[in-house]
Amino acid sequence: MADVLLSARDIKIRFGGVIAADGINLDVHEGENLAIIGPNGAGKTTFLNISTGYLRPQAGTVTFLGQDITAHLPRTITKLGIARAFQIPQLFLDQTVMENMLIAAASRQGYPSGFKALARLPEASEMERLLELVGVRSYAERTARELPEGQRKLVDIALALALKPRLLLMDEPTSGVASSEKLEIMDILTTALAKEKVTSVFVEHDMDMVERYAHRVAVWNVGKIQKIGTPAEVLADPKVQQQVIGI
Amino acid sequence: MSEKDLMTRRIKPITTAAVIFFLVSAVAPLFVASWATLFALILAKGIVVLGIVLLLQAGQVSFGHAMFFAIGAYTSAFWGKYVGGGDILLYLVLGGISSTVFGLIVGLFVVRYREIFFGMLNLAFSMVLWSLLEKMFPYTNGADGIRVARPGLLGFVFTPETFQYVILYVSLLIAAAAFYGVQRYLESPLGHMLRAIKSNETRLEYLGMSARRVLLIGYVISAFLGGIGGTLVAIIQQIATPEFGFWTKSGEFVFIAILGGGAHAFGAFAGAAMFECVRFYAAAHLADSWQLILGVVLIVIILYAPNGLIGLRQRYRQSGKGGR
Ligand SMILES: Nc1ncnc2c1ncn2[C@@H]1O[C@H](COP(=O)(O)OP(=O)(O)OP(=O)(O)O)[C@@H](O)[C@H]1O
Ligand SMILES: [Mg+2]
Repeated sequence: MADVLLSARDIKIRFGGVIAADGINLDVHEGENLAIIGPNGAGKTTFLNISTGYLRPQAGTVTFLGQDITAHLPRTITKLGIARAFQIPQLFLDQTVMENMLIAAASRQGYPSGFKALARLPEASEMERLLELVGVRSYAERTARELPEGQRKLVDIALALALKPRLLLMDEPTSGVASSEKLEIMDILTTALAKEKVTSVFVEHDMDMVERYAHRVAVWNVGKIQKIGTPAEVLADPKVQQQVIGI
Repeated sequence: MSEKDLMTRRIKPITTAAVIFFLVSAVAPLFVASWATLFALILAKGIVVLGIVLLLQAGQVSFGHAMFFAIGAYTSAFWGKYVGGGDILLYLVLGGISSTVFGLIVGLFVVRYREIFFGMLNLAFSMVLWSLLEKMFPYTNGADGIRVARPGLLGFVFTPETFQYVILYVSLLIAAAAFYGVQRYLESPLGHMLRAIKSNETRLEYLGMSARRVLLIGYVISAFLGGIGGTLVAIIQQIATPEFGFWTKSGEFVFIAILGGGAHAFGAFAGAAMFECVRFYAAAHLADSWQLILGVVLIVIILYAPNGLIGLRQRYRQSGKGGR
């Protein structure tokens, strides 16, 4: 079995009476695409928040490559090689899409210049390539605020990719994208991830996508992992069908 | 029209306007002697306001920036009082260093806060400084302030008539350099990150950057500019008083930034020119009511030109084209 990249042990968190994580145990293996499915409010986003240091769990630990990262700052965890795309895209709305990307490229270098022009960064062509990859190259010179929701989500993913992460966490990557384009984008994205050897965890509501692109699926339910396995195994489970997919 | 279009269309004509402004500052006082001091003051205040404009990029307003202005001014004043034998260059170096150090110390506290808390904490720090300057009479002469004797420059001494031109051209050189430097900074990765603080700190952190550090760098630069401007004004007016650090002074700098327009570095100088000219002429003709005129001007600006004076041109062009 491949190396374990991210490992969560006994993660617990509750918000008042709401249980968002109730003993989550999960290993993410190098090279896989792991899908997280589950009903609204099950704690999927919360898990990503805890894994990236945005939230501190009330119990449990998260390790990345064997290093304890529980409650480290998001920026520290980012530098270790975990990048994140959000359920609600997090962009620099007043700047152009290309500027957004170049800010990511400059951040990755660590010591951004205060004098050289951002637009002249040598990474510009690489950033264009990433925008092309997720299909938003034509928006490069537009202000992020002007983009429709679906395109914002794609730029959000491109920003995460710009960091050249080892592990990419995506929260409903194609929600907001027209269903006719979903397949194409996921095709391109998963091909690119495989090529660049990026491991991914993605939250997804569309079972079609899960079936096609996930190597493994974890089913979240009220802060617990109800079932985990290959898409075929998991999606065939009558309990999962009934409670999560709603068949 | 996209904001990017606005930006690129705005930058070229505004840079041209800036060049014209600096040229006028250099030449006009040769014809009207009383303008030498007026323009020197405009340039010096413009440098301070440049620092305010910089913080505005991050969406933050400091209501205490006069503290750095005062630090710059008092550094020269103390040197003159306790050491003696001042020189413009030496004053600028010392004022620059002291305001940078002070900016770093205060900055470490204030960059943890945003918006109204950021503004008010700055105000609080500035009021502490103001009280110290006011109350420590044996050292500061209290409200009377400390006279700053006319310094030389690189060993040369000047008559008052020549001196007003010397300080004008020194101010001009520094203002032009500061304007260029701030423009470059705002176009650089760090400058773009500063602007990113306004729209999305979460993403900035998730790119691996510390938003606080990015803001701290901007804050220290802004404090440095405040100190340099304060040093120049103390030399021009030949005095440093606690007023330099009073909250109304801080308000004045913010006022000028809004007047000129916070979206571009030149807004600082456009605003300072407007402000000082109104004060210069209105004070002569209307005695105590020049503030009234400025108040009305600001109301008009906020209602009809929220992007300040430098935004006016754009509006004019747009309406010329049927609004687009
Ligand atoms: N910071 C927070 N403070 C309070 N409650 C929270 C917080 N974050 C999440 N919750 C609550 O925890 C529960 C789980 O939220 P979470 O966002 O993880 O669900 P999810 O599985 O991502 O749902 P969805 O599919 O709707 O995105 C919800 O009831 C939510 O309201
Ligand atoms: Mg969610």
